[in-house]
Amino acid sequence: MRYYDAYENLSVEDKITVQSERLRKLVHTVYQKVPFYRKKLDQLGIKPEDINELSDLQKLPFTTKQDLRNNYPFGLFALSTDDIVRLHASSGTTGRPTVVGYSHADIQLWTHMVARTLVCAGVSRNDLIQIAYGYGLFTGGLGFHYGAEKLGTTVIPISGGNTRRQIQLMQDFGSTVLACTPSYALFLAEVMDEIKVHTEDLSLRIGILGAEPWTENMRKQIESKLNIKAIDMYGLSEIIGPGVAVECEHQQGLHINDDHFFPEIIDPDSGQVLPDGEKGELVLTTLTKEGLPLLRYRTRDLTRLNRERCKCGRTLVRMEKCTGRTDDMLIIRGVNIFPSQIESVLLEMRETQPHYLLIVDRINNLDVLEVWVEIDSPFFSDEIRELESLSARIKNNIESTLGIGVKVKLVEPKTIERTEGKAKRVIDKRTF
Amino acid sequence: MIIEQLSIFLENKSGRLTEVTDTLGDSNINISALSLAETAEFGILRLIVTDPGKAAKALRQRHFSVNLTRVVGIIIPDEPGSLARVLKILSDEDISIEYMYAYAFADKASVVIRTENIEQTIETLQKHKIELLRASDVYEI
Repeated sequence: MRYYDAYENLSVEDKITVQSERLRKLVHTVYQKVPFYRKKLDQLGIKPEDINELSDLQKLPFTTKQDLRNNYPFGLFALSTDDIVRLHASSGTTGRPTVVGYSHADIQLWTHMVARTLVCAGVSRNDLIQIAYGYGLFTGGLGFHYGAEKLGTTVIPISGGNTRRQIQLMQDFGSTVLACTPSYALFLAEVMDEIKVHTEDLSLRIGILGAEPWTENMRKQIESKLNIKAIDMYGLSEIIGPGVAVECEHQQGLHINDDHFFPEIIDPDSGQVLPDGEKGELVLTTLTKEGLPLLRYRTRDLTRLNRERCKCGRTLVRMEKCTGRTDDMLIIRGVNIFPSQIESVLLEMRETQPHYLLIVDRINNLDVLEVWVEIDSPFFSDEIRELESLSARIKNNIESTLGIGVKVKLVEPKTIERTEGKAKRVIDKRTF
Repeated sequence: MIIEQLSIFLENKSGRLTEVTDTLGDSNINISALSLAETAEFGILRLIVTDPGKAAKALRQRHFSVNLTRVVGIIIPDEPGSLARVLKILSDEDISIEYMYAYAFADKASVVIRTENIEQTIETLQKHKIELLRASDVYEI
C-alpha cells in the first residue's frame, strides 16, 4: 500500500479549501465552547466570522504550554469530561502536568493519523511492529498501538525497557518494525552486540524513531548497526501525540498531516510568520480535534517548511528534522524536562537552595541525567547518614516529578558557575 | 562545657583538604583535633580549633560550607577499660552517640563525642565525675 488515504496527495487548491473550511469551523467551536479563547478573541476584537481564509489565521492569538498549565487540568477542553474518553499527561513544572483529553472522534482521528504515518514510513499489514515506547500516560505507546492495529499490523505491545526481553522477542517473533526513541534503538544495538545477537538473526527492516532530537549522524549509526531504515517521526501530546509528521522512504523531511494539523513557522521573538524555507518556531493549529482544540500552539521546536512536491507523490507539506528548541526544554530518554522542574523540587525542600546544575550525557547510547546540588550552610547536617538521606530524598523527589531516573551529587557551595547572577543550569554533553 | 566543632562539607576532589588547612593557617588558627568522615562522593571534615567563629568566617569566605556543631569533650586515663566505662554510663542513660573521635596524649586520652542531646550528656557525665574538657581547654587538647 503506497498511500493510506486520498488526502495525502490533494492538489494545493483542494487542500486549501479543506483547510480553510476546517479552520472556520474550528474558530466557531472554540469561541462557543472554550471560555479561554472566547475571552482572548473578545479582547482582540475578533469575531469568528472574521476568520475566513488561511491568511486570517495570523490574526488569531497563540496558545502556549503555559496556557495549558494555567488552565490545569481541563480548562481548555472544549467538551465536558462526559464526552472525553481518554486522558494523557506529560510531566510538568511545579508538579502540574500538561493534560490532554480525547473525544471518541479524536481517538479515531489519532488512530487514523498514526496508521497513515506508518504507511508513509513503509509499514504494511504484513509487518510485526514491536512498540517499545512507554504505555501509560505518555502518548507514545498507546498512540502507536491503535494506529498499528487499525492498519492490521501485528502489534507487540512490549512497552519500554527490559532490553534482553526486547531482543528475545525480536528474534522469536520475527519483529520487522521497531518503534522507540533513537537512543534506545542504539542501546538495543549495543546490547545485541554484547550478547552476540546479529542482525541476520533478526527480521527487522524499519525503525520508527522519535520523541527526542537526533542527527543524521545518529541515523547512519542506527541504520548500519541494526541494518534497518531509520524513519523520523514527530509528534507532541498537546497536538495529538505521535502521528503529527513522519518521513517517507526518501527521508527528505517529515510530511506533516497538514489536513488536520496546520503548520506555520514564526520568528520566536516577534511572533511574525516567516516565509516558507526560513527557519523558525513551528506553530500548529489542530483543525479537527474536538476534546482539546488548540489555536496556533507554539511547539518551541525549530524547523523550516518545504512545500515542494515530494518524490513520493505526497503533497503533505514537509518540515525539516527538528534541530533545536527556543526554550530550555531538554528531551531525555524521550521525556520532556524543564530545568525549572528541578528548581521547584529543591525550593520545596528545606535543606536545599535552588543552586543546581544538570549534566546530561549519553553513556552506552542511553541518556543519563546527573543533578548537582550545592550544599549550603546553615542547613546541612554534619552526619554522613543525614547527608546520604538528604541526597536520597532529593533523588526521590526529582524522580517522582520528572518520571525518569536521575543521579544526584551533593557539591560544595559556589561549584556551579554564576554569570551575572544567573547560573548556567545545563551542561549537555550529548553528541547527536 | 559545650565545645563548638567545625563541620565542613567537602567533595571528594584533590586539594580541598589542603585549602582548608591553608585557610586556617593563614588566619592563624590552630587545629587541636581532626576527624574526616567520608563516602564515595563527599566527606565531612570535623575540626576542633582555637577560634571556631573566626575559622568558620574565614572558610565561608573561601566558599566552604561550614557548620558549627556542639560536641562534648572528655578526658580519660589512657588505660584499658576507661573508654568502655564512659560508654556504659552513656548507654545506661539511653544516650546514643552519633560519632566520636579520640586522641591519646601522655597518659591520658581525650574523646570528642557528638550526641543528640549535648546538655543531657554533660549532666550525665558530670554526675559520674568524668573529667570534661572546657572550651577554654580546647586549644590544649
